[in-house]
Amino acid sequence: MAKVISRREIAPQTVLLELEAPRIAFKRRPGQFVILKQDERGERIPLTIAKSDATKGTITVIFQMVGAGTRGLGTVPVGGEILDTVGPLGRPTDIQHVGTVVSVGGGIGTAVAYPIASAMKAAGNKVIGIVGARTRELVILEEEMRSVSDELLITTDDGSYARKGFVTDVLREVIARGEKIDEVLAIGPVPMMRAVCAVTREAGIKTVVSLNPIMIDGTGMCGGCRVEIGGQTKFACVDGPEFDGHQVNWDVLDLRLSAYKDHEHDACRLYSTENH
Amino acid sequence: MTLVMPPHSLLPAATVCPTPTSTPVSKAARPPRQKMPEQPVAERILNFDEVPYGYSPELAELEASRCLQCKKPACVDGCPVSVDIPGFIKNVAARDYLSAARLVKSTNSLPAVCGRVCPQEEQCESLCVLAKKGESVAIGRLERFVSDYEREHGLGELPPTAPPSGFKVAVVGSGPAGLTCAGELVKLGHEVTVYEALHKAGGVLVYGIPEFRLPKSIVGTEVDYLERLGVRIQLNSPIGKSETVDELLESGFDAVFIGTGAGLPYFMGVPGENFIGVYSANEYLTRANLMKAYLFPEYGTPIIRGQNVAIIGGGNVAMDAARTALRLGAKHSIIVYRRSREEMPARTEEIHHAEEEGIEFQLLSAPVRILGDKSGRVKGLECLRMELGEPDASGRRRPVPVIGSEYVIDVDTVVVSVGNGPNPLIPQTTPGLITSKHGNITANEDTGSTSKPDVFAGGDIVTGAATVILAMGAGRRAAAAIDNHLKVNKQCAPSCSVAEIDQVVE
Repeated sequence: MAKVISRREIAPQTVLLELEAPRIAFKRRPGQFVILKQDERGERIPLTIAKSDATKGTITVIFQMVGAGTRGLGTVPVGGEILDTVGPLGRPTDIQHVGTVVSVGGGIGTAVAYPIASAMKAAGNKVIGIVGARTRELVILEEEMRSVSDELLITTDDGSYARKGFVTDVLREVIARGEKIDEVLAIGPVPMMRAVCAVTREAGIKTVVSLNPIMIDGTGMCGGCRVEIGGQTKFACVDGPEFDGHQVNWDVLDLRLSAYKDHEHDACRLYSTENH
Repeated sequence: MTLVMPPHSLLPAATVCPTPTSTPVSKAARPPRQKMPEQPVAERILNFDEVPYGYSPELAELEASRCLQCKKPACVDGCPVSVDIPGFIKNVAARDYLSAARLVKSTNSLPAVCGRVCPQEEQCESLCVLAKKGESVAIGRLERFVSDYEREHGLGELPPTAPPSGFKVAVVGSGPAGLTCAGELVKLGHEVTVYEALHKAGGVLVYGIPEFRLPKSIVGTEVDYLERLGVRIQLNSPIGKSETVDELLESGFDAVFIGTGAGLPYFMGVPGENFIGVYSANEYLTRANLMKAYLFPEYGTPIIRGQNVAIIGGGNVAMDAARTALRLGAKHSIIVYRRSREEMPARTEEIHHAEEEGIEFQLLSAPVRILGDKSGRVKGLECLRMELGEPDASGRRRPVPVIGSEYVIDVDTVVVSVGNGPNPLIPQTTPGLITSKHGNITANEDTGSTSKPDVFAGGDIVTGAATVILAMGAGRRAAAAIDNHLKVNKQCAPSCSVAEIDQVVE
């Protein structure tokens, strides 16, 4: 059982939950994730840990309420409990002093990019943060990202806030400035990560991405989260979730993420009838 | 002849109910091996309920009367946990079912499970004297009967346990090896905590073996029993991630037993394995069993309900997946196996049940490619015909491809059931623990001791994928070795006070 300590809607349909999970808070390192299962009937939902507080014994996750599972999770009130919480899972990010790091977060991906950017900053790197979102109200963790970035650049697809355009537009400009960039971290929707990798491949910059395929156990047992990296099958839960972005077969990832689209409609319909 | 119906209230009238042969037992006329009544095929393929109902007391008594009560029972030698087989069967014949159950439980901590999933025909029953002339005593069915009787009558008494030893043991993994090891250790007076990565205890018994072959309530009862004995079960704890083995030892455990099983599915490495609709058997069965995807959307986890499902492999897991596919609504559930029936590793009983239910078999067929449609969903499985050549290292005749024999099976779902490797979480995070090149932990076969002090291992993580009972045997032997190790090598004698224990732990 993990108690919900605080809950905030930080953007439309986007929920931040702080959970009481002392063992995980103590152990967790940036880049790792937890799996939450709300109740007896719930799905196992993998979520990257955005923040943890070892003293307080809490972890923070941020997610979008897109399916029946996340909608259920997002409505657990403060003081309510989540039946099963397991972690920390996955390999932590390889945090090193490399020089200059560009951290690109797209949409909800910023919740994953933030702890990594924060650790990269703490390791002595110069961090250039890029945060992108569809529209103004979906820009999340702006202040947090600003606090760990030497420079923060924001884009919105519709131009409703900051710079109009895509994260790749800004990234190209940063690269064009001629400053040496040692590593790019890109976390967000598949099209965004794919686009970032295309830009950095051309520029010859090492790029790390964090992948979020469908998974069940998170310990290597089911093989549902398999991804194709450099032509090899890897399990995101135990071999990742971070991989060399230039080696990822994005078509496979995109395809496998769509496996249960039809099921999701049924589940959401049922969720709506039961909860309204 | 009188028709004696088993007194199961749930038994539908249509059930095929074997009639016990009521002839008095004499040397001249031994009754035949008694069958278990079971759900009729047409009904059972539409539900996930258990297939056999088990013996009635009458059937059990009759079956028990067939036992010769050998002075030197060979059957016991065939049992990895040395159950006193003639002893408990004698109790059944005398209608003393509870004594029978207690006797079985004294060496087998999961009898209701073993009575259902053990390959008795290769173990105890294969050595039964009666098997030489005809049919062996149905030892497994009797074991199942006595443990079910005890459970259903709520008479599960706790066995005597030794006084507290002051030693603490961590058991990693709550599958057959871990649960058995924990049960033995707690009876010896040690404080035992079992760590399980998933949200439910039982390992492969809950995520892998389907409800229709092993009801989860039975696993639950066996786990409850261990908890009543004093075993602590810590769920959601993937050791290696949540804590390392070294951290367990540092936190005060005197020994650690690793029974994390074979939990890393192999794929075939053929093109198309990442199309939508291709599952590992682990994922398919975990969705269906542990996550109850057959009740989606009431339960949150979905599963693709294929109309035409190919299952690749010939083991028990493949049979389980094929029969699960049928129950999820498949019109055709097809086992694709590259050797012939004789080489199939699945139990005869499982193959028989699968055949009865209409599972199709494409033998001597090896998949070469999975075909997908424009949207990336499975639409076919391309196979190559095989023929049997010379025996290979396993003694089975090696399948050899027939050149140019490619053909396509129209399927929309493919379940890959070609085995599992060892789970990497512990080997990756435990310095000093020697593993084989495949990643299995190297451990002494008799004691389970590993290259790392105070760390023992057993079950599939050591041997590679095998059976429930072999894992239990390893768990039991390791428990005895751990007990001995603690008493001989650890400073804290069983008689020392709690204060002294705390000092030692610090």
